[in-house]
Amino acid sequence: MTTPDYDLIIIGAGPAGMAAAEEAHRQGLRCALLDEQEEAGGQIYRAIGRAPLADERILGQDYYHGRDLLEAFERSGVDYRPGTTVWGIEDDLSLDVSREGVSQRLRTRRLLVATGAQERPVPFPGWTLPGVMTGGAAQILLKSSAMAPPGPIVLAGSGPLLLLVAAQLARAGVRVEALLDTSPRGNWRRAARHLPGALKNPSLLAKGLGLLREIRRAGIPHLKGVDGLEAFSRDGERLTHLRYRQAGESRERECRTLLVHQGVVPNVQLTRALELAHDWDEAQQCWRPRLDAWGETSRPGVFVAGDSGGIAGAQAAEESGRLAVLGIAGQLGRVNTEARDRLAAPVRARLAPHLAIRPFLDVLYRPARRFLVPEDDTVVCRCEEVTAGELRRIADAGCRGPNQAKAFCRAGMGPCQGRLCGLTVSQVIADQCNEPVAAVGYYHIRPPIKPLSLGELASLSDPDTPTRN
Amino acid sequence: MPNASPFERLPNRSRAQVTVFVEDEPVEVCAHDSAAAAVLAAGLLPSRTTPADASPRAPYCLMGVCFECLIEIDGAPNQQGCMIPVRDGMRIRRQCGARDMHGEGAHDHA
Ligand code: FES
Repeated sequence: MTTPDYDLIIIGAGPAGMAAAEEAHRQGLRCALLDEQEEAGGQIYRAIGRAPLADERILGQDYYHGRDLLEAFERSGVDYRPGTTVWGIEDDLSLDVSREGVSQRLRTRRLLVATGAQERPVPFPGWTLPGVMTGGAAQILLKSSAMAPPGPIVLAGSGPLLLLVAAQLARAGVRVEALLDTSPRGNWRRAARHLPGALKNPSLLAKGLGLLREIRRAGIPHLKGVDGLEAFSRDGERLTHLRYRQAGESRERECRTLLVHQGVVPNVQLTRALELAHDWDEAQQCWRPRLDAWGETSRPGVFVAGDSGGIAGAQAAEESGRLAVLGIAGQLGRVNTEARDRLAAPVRARLAPHLAIRPFLDVLYRPARRFLVPEDDTVVCRCEEVTAGELRRIADAGCRGPNQAKAFCRAGMGPCQGRLCGLTVSQVIADQCNEPVAAVGYYHIRPPIKPLSLGELASLSDPDTPTRN
Repeated sequence: MPNASPFERLPNRSRAQVTVFVEDEPVEVCAHDSAAAAVLAAGLLPSRTTPADASPRAPYCLMGVCFECLIEIDGAPNQQGCMIPVRDGMRIRRQCGARDMHGEGAHDHA
């Protein structure tokens, strides 16, 4: 048995990973942090170390909070490995990682997955056209490249991030033609029931209301109850027009950039590849790994923190990263149970309001059914161009889940390996078979978790240990 | 050819500029841009067509999820543009049609 290289390896340098690394240092753990990006920050604090936008009012102070996190993380002196892809994980928690085309195997006693969130897929007719991109993508371009998309720009969908992007573009002096709110009209009424929980987080509520005011003041038409969204191309190459229904009328408008968003969901690629137990979260309409109070998964020694364990936002991610490390330090005998619980108490207290507001937000921004279970002619798997209708046909023909769907119609077989379509494929098949989504399941993710060249495989520096697959 | 409607650069603190070639046209970009950002700065839309139906596509998520940003970089196809930083002199081309990416195993494109 070889001695592990590390007590703890953290995957992902977003808020959960950076806060966890800082805590690991405080607890005296030998720790490495691996991140796929070249710069720490995750998506929420993307490029925070450089922050190229000259005008800091555009992104707002919540973004620049990332600087404090980054500084604390850099001071911690953990072994930080940017630009590193994890493409395989062995049963003994050895990780196969690749950096600049060279693969290496790392051993660790505990693993913390902090791979964050991704945007929920937003399938609708025309969503594959160049010119349609996610609200998150536009924000990433603002943060990392100080770039804004060409007009006319329309935003469509549901969720706080969409409001934030509208406000940020407006602050940058970029004209937004319209904000099309596709949330079902009944959401407000249903969400009201959860208002007492939301009131435990008055500052987040106030921020949301502030954004709505800012959008109004910026003169962006905010159209509610939008339905039947479709994107078109008159030139066969790019988005040129939109069509939608609002207030009982069908409308059409010119558009060059359509930013879509329907909330964020846990990025489960790695937790699925680890074959951890996942549950279907009905409120958030997504999968989440099953975690105990310290973030430990169904596989002993493997922990999850931050949005990859269930959506709760960036501030909650920091706290859950710290909690996981306290749990790990306890397991490794660095703190006794009493000290662990004492250190955890204030962290849990800070986490509580972020969890308390979730039921309200989840109901308020629940996507319209059409985006979860799209119409027949809508493409679901963008890579292999499989439509919802095709999925329904194979479900009728006896296909009972996403893994069978791969064989029936190649859905999920393309380069993205089901990252983008996985959620929709499960939901469409479950809906057609009248089964709970939990019964239909999810894609089986096999290594390599990322596409890899044979040269990289051959470069694995430890030839004694056979690679699975 | 890159065409109209490139993305607009807002006032910024980026000092270092590099030149990349998008479909052989020189384009000045910032040193930390991704290849996908360079594609958008050049207005190369669509930046690829699909193997199945030759339908036009462009970067969609910019965070490594969708693989819509696959492009040809310095002659190598299937490069995930949003995950690759630009280099001075990088040659970026639209990727058209079928490529043997990986399905269940790994293939060498070197
Ligand atoms: S744009 Fe989605 S992976 Fe690059």
